[in-house]
Amino acid sequence: MNGPAAPAGARVSDRRSRANAFAARARRDFPALQQEVGGKPLVYLDNAASTQKPDAVIDAIADYYRHDHANVHRGMHELARRATEAYEGARRKVARFLGAADPAEVVWTRGTTEAINLVASAWGHTFLREGDEIVLSTQEHHSNLVPWQLAAARAGARLRYLELDDEGRLLLDRLPELLSPRTGMVALSHVSNALGTVNPVAEIAEQVHAAGALLLVDGAQGAPHLPIDVAALGCDFYAASGHKMCGPTGIGALWARRELLEQMEPYQGGGEMISVVERDYSTWAEVPHKFEAGTPNVAGAVGMGAAADYLTGIGHAALAEHERTVLEYALDRLAAVDGIRLFGPPADERCGVVSFLLDHAHAHDVATILDADGVAVRAGHHCAQLVMKHFGVAATSRASFYLYNGTEDVDRLVEGLDRVKAIFG
Amino acid sequence: MTEIALSSLYQQLILEHYRKPRNKGVLPGATVEVHMANPVCGDEIRLHLQLDGEERVQAATFIGQGCSISQASVSMMTVRLKGKTLDEALALAERFTEMMHGSREAARDRKLGELRALQGVSKFPVRIKCALLGFDALQEAAKRVRSQADSPAGG
Ligand SMILES: Cc1ncc(COP(=O)(O)O)c(C=O)c1O
Repeated sequence: MNGPAAPAGARVSDRRSRANAFAARARRDFPALQQEVGGKPLVYLDNAASTQKPDAVIDAIADYYRHDHANVHRGMHELARRATEAYEGARRKVARFLGAADPAEVVWTRGTTEAINLVASAWGHTFLREGDEIVLSTQEHHSNLVPWQLAAARAGARLRYLELDDEGRLLLDRLPELLSPRTGMVALSHVSNALGTVNPVAEIAEQVHAAGALLLVDGAQGAPHLPIDVAALGCDFYAASGHKMCGPTGIGALWARRELLEQMEPYQGGGEMISVVERDYSTWAEVPHKFEAGTPNVAGAVGMGAAADYLTGIGHAALAEHERTVLEYALDRLAAVDGIRLFGPPADERCGVVSFLLDHAHAHDVATILDADGVAVRAGHHCAQLVMKHFGVAATSRASFYLYNGTEDVDRLVEGLDRVKAIFG
Repeated sequence: MTEIALSSLYQQLILEHYRKPRNKGVLPGATVEVHMANPVCGDEIRLHLQLDGEERVQAATFIGQGCSISQASVSMMTVRLKGKTLDEALALAERFTEMMHGSREAARDRKLGELRALQGVSKFPVRIKCALLGFDALQEAAKRVRSQADSPAGG
């Protein structure tokens, strides 16, 4: 409060230097980021595909295997007890991370894809009937489309689509027309992996429930970036992947309302998921175990629990502010690149992702040239072919940011694009 | 990846074919037409061949879209195919594939003509598929032509 207010420019540069200090601090936690690619420090901008792992996660997995591993739930010995505690302890951590009051509402899966398949299959089998409708959007990742296509084909149900506007937002004013007493499920992403669009889940949930339908949220890109509170979001299912939020691959979580899990038929049969097995029938274990057939990915669960703790330690507010600063800087700098086409909504409606195309240079060539400069981006359809069709393109290049990226990383990206232009003109 | 690898990947000749593809367009009266896509990256081409009674390529054209490597490669391939028999064309595909897999001897083979400009792709494993897209279409086209020839007449 002393002296005149700083000019806006100075505040922006303060925020940027804070963001760079934040990123530099975070980077120290990630051993894979301490390397050079193409003779330059690696700039990793492929976080929407998968994030790097901090020591805290790598160590938690290694420690588990070094000291505590056994099969879970069945054993009468010390290591079995420790492994079970590690596995169930990780479930409590992830439940807390998702804002779920009851850890029994968290089912371990291989990732978001399996979580959605579980719902499409088990909920579909139990509830979906001929003539029912499932509402999806053209923003969805293939993993939130194909399982519903399969379920709809099995049940004789019909898929309906919410379309996008020119900036990649859901056309929500069309939602009421799509909802009807026939609607069983609405399945939408929290954050689009191809565009970064953040969807207003709570608002959607209200409309969906008013129509008597359920809402599944594909949180693969939401959980890594946004504070998640499934109760406040008001959804019925929330799916997330460990590897997109600093955790290991091969593990993910499905949160679902308990009474739904209790009503749904099992997804797979096997050990762990039963109570009593007779010759011709079996009875099911309590939720969530009813949905966890076979020896689970215990180390993966431990790793995802450690990742949830790591991100909680960073703090969601700090993370959000950091990412906003870097994203705004990226959108500003990229918009100034000659011959670039940017996809997606403005910074305040998106998180962490910038999809773009350059005149004259194909997305793959852009990625190859950036890679030669040590800048890792992704090129392709990003498993979102309906998004590509919406914009009439076959592929885009995509840079996606996380806690360890600063504005200097954006500078390296833009320098790389200058190089692309020098080659492709 | 080194500077040298990058500049050998994006040779002028490749960029030229990418900007001004040869033989781009449909071919009315084509003997065979094959669509080939790389589902991973979305690159695609449609190859049209017109063959005479001796299986000799009278004309080869393509339409398609994708990265510089896939489009330049198929453009160069169509130039090279003209006047060749299917057997010669398949031998060319084989030679090109060997070059992609790092054979120096194949990379010196004059039969490849301008296609030799693509030898730098062999140092970029993820891009080899791009360079082979046109040749995959060619091999599929040959297969179709021959299975038609084998099948009983009238079908
Ligand atoms: C929005 C979205 N949904 C679903 C998935 C699938 O996640 P996973 O491959 O971890 O199952 C991804 C990741 O690719 C994604 O970005």
